[in-house]
Amino acid sequence: MNLVTPFEGIGASVKRKEDLRFLSGRGQYTDDINRPGQAYAFILRSPHAHARIAGIETAKAAAMPGVLAVYTSADLAGIGGLPCGWQIHNKDGTPMAEPKHPVLAEGKVRHVGDPVAVVIAETRARARDAAEAVLVDYEVLPAVASMAAAQAPGAPLVHEGVAGNLCYDWHIGDAAQVEAAFAKAAHRVVFETTNNRLVPNAMEPRCAVGDYDTATGEHTLYTTSQNPHVIRLLMGAFVLNIPEAKLRVVAPDVGGGFGSKIYHYAEEAIVTWAAAKLGRPVKWTADRSESFVSDAHGRDHVTRAELALDAEGRFLALKVSTQANMGAYLSTFAPCVPTYLYATLLAGVYTTPAIYAEVKAVFTNTVPVDAYRGAGRPEATFLLERLVDVAAKRCGFDRVELRRKNFISPDAFPYQTPVALQYDSGNYHATLDAALATADWAGFEARRAEAKARGRLRGIGISTYLEACGIAPSAVVGSLGARAGLYEVGTIRVHPTGSVTVLTGAHSHGQGHETTFAQLVADKLGVPIANVEVVHGDTAKVPFGMGTYGSRSLAVGGSAMDKAMDKIIAKGKKIAAHLMEASVEDIEFDRGTFRVAGTDKAKSLTEISLAAYVPHNYPIEELEPGLEETAFYDPKNFTYPGGCHIAEVEIEPETGRVHLVNFTAVDDVGRVINPMIVEGQVQGGVAQGVGQALLEGCVYDADGQLLSGSMLDYTMPRADDLAPVSVATHTTLCTHNPLGVKGCGEVGAIGSPPAVINAVVDALRDWGVEHIEMPATPQKIWSIIHGKSC
Amino acid sequence: MPQVTLTVNGKQHTVEVEGRTLLVELLREKLRLTGTHVGCDTSQCGACVVHVNGDSVKSCTTLAVMCDGAHVTTIEGLAAPDGTLHPMQEAFREYHALQCGFCTPGMVMSAVDLVRKNPQGLSEKEIREGLEGNLCRCTGYHNIVKAIAAAQEVMHGRRASVAAAAE
Repeated sequence: MNLVTPFEGIGASVKRKEDLRFLSGRGQYTDDINRPGQAYAFILRSPHAHARIAGIETAKAAAMPGVLAVYTSADLAGIGGLPCGWQIHNKDGTPMAEPKHPVLAEGKVRHVGDPVAVVIAETRARARDAAEAVLVDYEVLPAVASMAAAQAPGAPLVHEGVAGNLCYDWHIGDAAQVEAAFAKAAHRVVFETTNNRLVPNAMEPRCAVGDYDTATGEHTLYTTSQNPHVIRLLMGAFVLNIPEAKLRVVAPDVGGGFGSKIYHYAEEAIVTWAAAKLGRPVKWTADRSESFVSDAHGRDHVTRAELALDAEGRFLALKVSTQANMGAYLSTFAPCVPTYLYATLLAGVYTTPAIYAEVKAVFTNTVPVDAYRGAGRPEATFLLERLVDVAAKRCGFDRVELRRKNFISPDAFPYQTPVALQYDSGNYHATLDAALATADWAGFEARRAEAKARGRLRGIGISTYLEACGIAPSAVVGSLGARAGLYEVGTIRVHPTGSVTVLTGAHSHGQGHETTFAQLVADKLGVPIANVEVVHGDTAKVPFGMGTYGSRSLAVGGSAMDKAMDKIIAKGKKIAAHLMEASVEDIEFDRGTFRVAGTDKAKSLTEISLAAYVPHNYPIEELEPGLEETAFYDPKNFTYPGGCHIAEVEIEPETGRVHLVNFTAVDDVGRVINPMIVEGQVQGGVAQGVGQALLEGCVYDADGQLLSGSMLDYTMPRADDLAPVSVATHTTLCTHNPLGVKGCGEVGAIGSPPAVINAVVDALRDWGVEHIEMPATPQKIWSIIHGKSC
Repeated sequence: MPQVTLTVNGKQHTVEVEGRTLLVELLREKLRLTGTHVGCDTSQCGACVVHVNGDSVKSCTTLAVMCDGAHVTTIEGLAAPDGTLHPMQEAFREYHALQCGFCTPGMVMSAVDLVRKNPQGLSEKEIREGLEGNLCRCTGYHNIVKAIAAAQEVMHGRRASVAAAAE
């Protein structure tokens, strides 16, 4: 029986449905799946950043005990390269350079970790042992490990035929308008920064299991993916030439993604292909060290920006020149990150009337770089929010008032920026005011003095940010180079006795969709969440979907469900009208009950669903039996979350260590469905942002060796590196989706890094410091305080 | 091949292993107890933490042959036989201390050991320091710290339930 519990709907902090299995060890992650007769793959990877392969000797390895096969690119004839999902065009209109990304290296390796051969054996240990017996004759070539090296005259080429290692040279905005504005500016502020390269490090290493049914000819791939339908499309159509109907992709419980599990990776194609070739299921699981050299990295921009201001501090124009590292190959969505997810965000929350940005994407002998939590927006936000602080300092403005003076006014929406986007809603004054009050900004100087008495340097920093979620609509992104649509699919299946199965193309890998989506159903259809099951992550069960990234699941996937529920209600009304002998126009529906307006005649959803599946008394001439509806929802626009983050830090002058002591986040994420989950998403995002600001940095040496290649060397934030985060929301509704939601998955990672660095710079104000590059390590800070390098 | 006899979650097993077989491989591959996870290869992340003779250990750096005769508890064996969750599990759910769930088994097993060995009670700072051996990429740890603070009240008998500990 369906009993409505008001506390389960929109706005309730419902405890998560998925927790019980995770807490009792009964989650099912890809590496927990074992198929009968399963063999194991070990991928032999390049130890060199750049080398020609003169030969590969596999016979000795193939003869070792337990070894089933050793494959190199010579065995993969007819198999395509890994496709790129977004094509950017150069300033002159020509398409970007798009060199082949082979599944296994073809004649050359281009980064440390580039897959060269695969050994398949009865056990993982035997496969690994045999891989050591594969002899690869490398002729080591000079490598370009940085964008500066890659663009130097005469630099070695990562790909023959890609001159200057330049993937594309793109721009947006009106350069002439910007130059005219600069000509009459009272102040011109130049700022240069590097946005540090990061390694996503979801806690679950990637894994893939290929299986093949010789009886049906069906391939199955179990994989750690954020978007199984996208993998099916890319791998089936472009790499292995398998029709969708014969290819099932399952992404079961996935242990975090943060972007790194969006992309189609070589290992997925290898195990799928090898399973059919050998007639045995094949499993590959990454070691963490392997993840460091094979998962797509994030960020890695070098930027020069210049802001023009008038005498009163109004922003007149902004020009930005950015170099973005693509790594050795184009990962699935890499080209769109520093363009349409970065340069289009350079207006931020400000009324800057003229903006021009140019972006050069550069190939280097490093791991491919793609979207990582925030993807382009953290880079844009860090640039803007540091630039505003630097401008305030150089030109003598208060940093808060300078922001406030340039905010887009709450009554200016919809607001058209000079860099393509049209913001639908927001109230930046409100989030700023709330954050200033919560953080006790006004009382800071007393806290600074108190800290000084204790021998600590205290600083406070602010960031007022905006981001864009739920990338859309399909027609627009298509015109900008996307090779996919960006809608989402939802099916609502009301069963005969009134319980509901939701099929969604979104994918949950920590976001709590099984709970949040069930709340949408509870709220609209009046079905208790205990009777709602959310199914995702299996192309054999879910009609279609584009997956989860860019904080799109609720705004796009949730809206698809909402549309499907509208169809359920519309059909239910017809059934109810028939059963209650009333006109359809007179039927009202509210949370589980169909009622004849103005009467006490009513039918529950359960009665209607039973009638739909047992259509004895049913308008069978006009209506099909059953109660299941699917909707494809293609948004009209991005959504635009925004807000204010304030960080407060203390520095130990003796060691240079930065302690985060307070963090305040006031975010406008649109309508909040589950406040507990939203708060958790913001806290987790802030932790990653603080990690970028203070701890994390991916370092290559000049030869392209990865120096930060393990969790011993790459500093992941731990519990004692972080402080409690005060999270609050201030809602303005999204105006173009039916739920009014915006997205909360990335705001923490987008807004926080500049707030933290602004606080560190503020703590060091007595040293005249204007900027510190991320990560602000103890070494950098100690060197500033003690006036010498260490 | 060497044989190892050990008791896992109250049940005795005798298993043939290679000398190089790790405890986590024995648990995951031989006994199909896949609740214990492997998140790194340098003993940094703690996703693999189980209890061996009452102490939390990283099962990814423990050889299976070292565990001959040992009593091992994994996340699958933490709840009561009737399925009632351990207070630490209950607290993680109550305080939203997990998102993707991958680090959770190791985090919970570490937290149980941390609380058991500190009957005097732990401050927030001590809990944060006590989690030095466990990484979580999703939560930012704050809710994990809150959950452990609440669970210790129940485990040491100072509160009846983790929900009561919140008040």
